[in-house]
Amino acid sequence: MRAVIVVGASLAGLYAARELRAQGFDGRLVVIGAEPHPPYDRPPLSKSFLTGTADEDRLALADEEETAELAAEWLLGTRVRALDARGRTVVLDDGRTVTGDGVVIATGAAARRLPGPPLAGVHTVRTLDDARALRADLTRGPQRVVVIGGGFIGAETASSCAVLGHDVTVVEAAPLPLAAQLGPQMASVCAGLHARGGVALLTGVGVAGLRGAAGRSVTAVELADGRLLPADVVVVGIGAIPNTQWLAGSPLAVDDGILCDDGCVTTLPQVVAVGDVARVGGARAEHWTSATEQPRAAVRNLLAGHTVESAHSLPYFWSDQYGSRIQFAGHRTSGDIARIVEGSSADPGGDPTAGARGGGLLAVYERAGRTTAALAIDCARPFMKARRGLAADRAAELAGV
Amino acid sequence: MIPVCRLEDLPAGDSVRLDTTPPVAVFNADGELYAIDDTCSHQDASLSEGWLEGCLIECPLHAASFDLRTGRPTCLPARRPVRTHQVYVEDGVIHVLVASATGATGDGDASAAGKGSAA
Ligand SMILES: Cc1cc2nc3c(=O)[nH]c(=O)nc-3n(C[C@H](O)[C@H](O)[C@H](O)COP(=O)(O)OP(=O)(O)OC[C@H]3O[C@@H](n4cnc5c(N)ncnc54)[C@H](O)[C@@H]3O)c2cc1C
Ligand code: FES
Repeated sequence: MRAVIVVGASLAGLYAARELRAQGFDGRLVVIGAEPHPPYDRPPLSKSFLTGTADEDRLALADEEETAELAAEWLLGTRVRALDARGRTVVLDDGRTVTGDGVVIATGAAARRLPGPPLAGVHTVRTLDDARALRADLTRGPQRVVVIGGGFIGAETASSCAVLGHDVTVVEAAPLPLAAQLGPQMASVCAGLHARGGVALLTGVGVAGLRGAAGRSVTAVELADGRLLPADVVVVGIGAIPNTQWLAGSPLAVDDGILCDDGCVTTLPQVVAVGDVARVGGARAEHWTSATEQPRAAVRNLLAGHTVESAHSLPYFWSDQYGSRIQFAGHRTSGDIARIVEGSSADPGGDPTAGARGGGLLAVYERAGRTTAALAIDCARPFMKARRGLAADRAAELAGV
Repeated sequence: MIPVCRLEDLPAGDSVRLDTTPPVAVFNADGELYAIDDTCSHQDASLSEGWLEGCLIECPLHAASFDLRTGRPTCLPARRPVRTHQVYVEDGVIHVLVASATGATGDGDASAAGKGSAA
């Protein structure tokens, strides 16, 4: 292989570039990214970057020395708009083309937006530019903030806004936020963190629309039951959509992500996909750790010309909210029973006003006598042990079949 | 010198965190005692809660691994070292001599971290 193109210059794209070099690829490496910024880390955008404890220089994923060592051609601020039928040439926004004999797709996902004309004061939190704009709005004195969506990013953003002294309300359409991810029992424990942080949580009610004159600032959020929540700042945290539009007309199979085998290989053997955009072996993860782990197998398979290694690792993510750290690992399916094995659900996070954390808790999920997943709130050490156990079980299971 | 705990209270494979500023973690790695800055140089996890294997401690948040002897990361995502500190046992009590405690911020500050481990 003489030239490889990486489309998407963020977490998964950078890790793919690193893997290519680490695995001995010494040909031409072109990394193309739509954003003007060199690769940066997204998780802090809703956390320490929003609260101002981490600056932009702390977000950088690679330093100058490493960037130089990668010896890649960076085309930043450049969007790719098409992949040719042979899967070897990409067409850039300005019509230029770049040809390689391997392509790594790492175009991630974009924040889902609400329909309607744009209003000032309405934000999503996906990119550095998003977070900069939100941060700027939040520094204009105390604001009434409404966060639409009680998922991880919504909850983290609400927590950060509360830390900054704003008046925050979270609106969640489901009866309980995060129930699909964590199951009802542990989701309700996490929902309790909002109250601890002084944030109002409205559940079981959808959003009908935003109020505010076109082209002006938002004034309120209108709920499906007719209630109006006055708002100066609205954060829309209703999920992300994989960035696959540019692949329309290409031979790749796309269905809520790029369809790949267990080794991140697409329908074309010289094209692999990694990170939030990839549906690997039937599942799409939107987690930092998947985006950093998949490139190893993907690159190995790309260089081998066919799938020689699977990218199946144990799903893992974390979230920081209201001074507590939530960690989850494994494959939970609905109906799994959660059992608290350490600590208690009474007050897992402690009292934030007292600056103290509670004892934390560790819960394991079980199905038919087997542990499927683990969740911890401020309980890192026991969680690590549980996570390792799950990973070992998984490895044994994969080896056994 | 900061007293940590009695030697028998830190069995092999165990760790303890000192609430100094910045916090320091002390490990008993198969009988050898080591002390390093507790806060991972990548983001803000507590290394005393990590996974100890031989002389390596794996961070509980994103799995960067550090060599307790040098404070240097052995894999990504950490790129900067953590400071190492000297450990003594006196009359059965473990003590730590925190390296240049002043000027360090404990939030993974690059200059503070780099200086300590280079020494
Ligand atoms: C605010 C926030 C907080 C998060 N917090 C956590 C957390 O606490 N824990 C956790 O596990 N995960 C967290 N995540 C998820 C994690 O950040 C993602 O899983 C990770 O960023 C995925 O990396 P990626 O490289 O696949 O995609 P992305 O990071 O989305 O990067 C894709 C890149 O491709 C570019 N691109 C898209 N289309 C094109 C095109 N046509 N041409 C060129 N370039 C293109 C995009 O501009 C973007 O820069 C968080 C995410 C966000 C947004
Ligand atoms: S905080 Fe330790 S590896 Fe990220």
